[in-house]
Amino acid sequence: MTTIDKTAEVPAPRAGDGKGTPLLEVRDLHVEFHTRDGVAKAVNGVNYSVDAGETLAVLGESGSGKSVTAQAIMGILDMPPGKIPQGEILFRGQDMLKMSAEERRKIRGSKIAMIFQDALSSLNPVLSVGYQLGEMFRVHQGLSKKDAKVKAIELMDRVRIPAAKERVGDYPHQFSGGMRQRIMIAMALALEPDLIIADEPTTALDVTVQAQVMDLLAELQREFNMGLILITHDLGVVADVADKIAVMYAGRIVETAPVGELYKRPAHPYTRGLLDSIPRLDQKGQELYAIKGLPPNLLSIPSGCAFNPRCPKAQDVCRTETPALLDVTERDGAALPGRRSACHFWKETIHG
Amino acid sequence: MAENSKKDEAVDATPNVSDVEVSDASTTAEVEAVLDAPVERGEPILQVRNLVKHFPLTQGVLFKKQVGAVKAVDGVSFDLYQGETLGIVGESGCGKSTVAKLLMTLETATSGEVFYKGQDITKLSGRALKAVRRNIQMVFQDPYTSLNPRMTVGDIIGEPFDIHPEVAPKGDRRRKVQELLDVVGLNPEYINRYPHQFSGGQRQRIGIARGLALNPEIIICDEPVSALDVSVQAQVVNLMEKLQDEFNLSYVFIAHDLSIVRHISDRVGVMYLGKMAEIGTDAEIYDHPTHPYTQALLSAVPVPDPEAREGRERIILTGDVPSPANPPSGCRFRTRCWKAQDKCAEEIPLLAVPEPFKGKNTPAAHESACHFAEEKDVVHAA
Repeated sequence: MTTIDKTAEVPAPRAGDGKGTPLLEVRDLHVEFHTRDGVAKAVNGVNYSVDAGETLAVLGESGSGKSVTAQAIMGILDMPPGKIPQGEILFRGQDMLKMSAEERRKIRGSKIAMIFQDALSSLNPVLSVGYQLGEMFRVHQGLSKKDAKVKAIELMDRVRIPAAKERVGDYPHQFSGGMRQRIMIAMALALEPDLIIADEPTTALDVTVQAQVMDLLAELQREFNMGLILITHDLGVVADVADKIAVMYAGRIVETAPVGELYKRPAHPYTRGLLDSIPRLDQKGQELYAIKGLPPNLLSIPSGCAFNPRCPKAQDVCRTETPALLDVTERDGAALPGRRSACHFWKETIHG
Repeated sequence: MAENSKKDEAVDATPNVSDVEVSDASTTAEVEAVLDAPVERGEPILQVRNLVKHFPLTQGVLFKKQVGAVKAVDGVSFDLYQGETLGIVGESGCGKSTVAKLLMTLETATSGEVFYKGQDITKLSGRALKAVRRNIQMVFQDPYTSLNPRMTVGDIIGEPFDIHPEVAPKGDRRRKVQELLDVVGLNPEYINRYPHQFSGGQRQRIGIARGLALNPEIIICDEPVSALDVSVQAQVVNLMEKLQDEFNLSYVFIAHDLSIVRHISDRVGVMYLGKMAEIGTDAEIYDHPTHPYTQALLSAVPVPDPEAREGRERIILTGDVPSPANPPSGCRFRTRCWKAQDKCAEEIPLLAVPEPFKGKNTPAAHESACHFAEEKDVVHAA
């Protein structure tokens, strides 16, 4: 990966610059929520990494822990009830979980930014969008109100909001869904961060607008060579933009793979089930493949592999032993870079 | 009933009431008799003609003055045949949910007719309307808000029987509800549970059971799976297909997920800004779209195949859907259309088989409301 020309501004990266260290690395992250009914284990040992300019798609159903992981990275997790009992989140080699609140504040927004799903509820309805966009510059860079407004107009132009100059004083409800999402993107981009986390950025949008927004995001990512973590449940969007994919189930990563490989040869029965449940042309009129059962309750995750009650391949070992996320290889043992699977029977799943 | 609905060809070029065989029943008893008669498979059961719904925009508090109207549905015509699934797709704000409400007579149409077995249900009231509503039921989008949290599942599914006691005598209701739970794949023991004790997919099954309670002939599904997780969506779609065969139902399936619509539908209608842009069988719409909007919509759907991402052509529309309170003149799509010419601003294109394909035996010969309709192969949702 190419080095970023902004390294000078980054608060003292670990000695020996960023070469070899990924932009962001999550190591064995655990998150739990203490509720009246017990401890909900939302994230149970997640590992992933993103390089500059790379797009990592985190795929999973609701309750799989994909958003909670993102919130932990951003440091916007509600604590309590949330708690991070173990794990590391390394940004350019520095563990953010060990930083002081003030240090994290400096990173949040300027180095790592987030785009939320629902733009209408994420924007403040009583402040104009120009004011909200300008806030980034006023707080982080200490610009005056006037300068911040000029910057806000520039940003709105950059995300191609027509007539930015006239609309800078408008309120969120005066924009359409797609335009609001553009404002969210503009806000995330304001300080040219190194990493953007997009949590279901297009789920609330129509397909024609979704295409516009995803295109814009991809273009800006190329322009700034940003890392992008895209959280979604839409297999179509993932195929369009991702470089690599991490599939999550019940708070764990069950499979990671480069994008093409995953769709061609899934190495985990859950991934296979997801891919098979997409309606296909040649299956018209037939029954759709459906993963039986329901996602597990996080208060009582099944023992062993969490997917075992729904898995067609489950054996006794799956009910007792939790499978580790291990490297996946070709039949002859040749390495498949970037591919890992947490299944006792990955060999059978991928090779036949 | 046969004399009321002897039509097996598609709607002709300018749909009007004259092609519908209107029932001449006048007294309530006669109407009810017409409504109870069965319809043969493949015959039209619901015929919608020039349906219009305008929501008035008013100004002033005491003396409300109408200053305009949101033209949510503006002249929609289609047929629903017995036993088929008609998919309706379109972006948010195109009026597809309003159509659903009009078919249910939950909203009063501004003008236009909805013929159910030859009877215009927009004009019915009282007992006759109640009889119609028994036969047309609805499944709602959001299983979290469409079930009353203070009622047990048994009460929710059994409520239709309170309104239509002729379907199930009082003593029989509990057994009927348990049967329905079993039919939709839920444990009949769950009858005394509350909605919050179920997951999203299970709640949608409860909503479907409620829709089935009165043995309807038509079920209108307004985005029934869009609030569900991918792995659960497939379960619910399978259930709906199974029930259709079992109870001989006709579905109007409204959704924005084009691949699910293709999977379940026999025919598909594409709506844009209150009008039907194109309608035809699923293969005609998905493989041979002739309306530019359909082509753009299909090409914008992300395909779950990473290898397709380099080669495929995508038509990315600019801008947003115009406001239905002030729609563009002529063709409503012209403001975002790359083919638009002067003619498009002046003349409203009719929903008809386009001139170049008329009389030809090609899949492109289906109804499309465009002056410059032409076939274009877009890489579609598989």
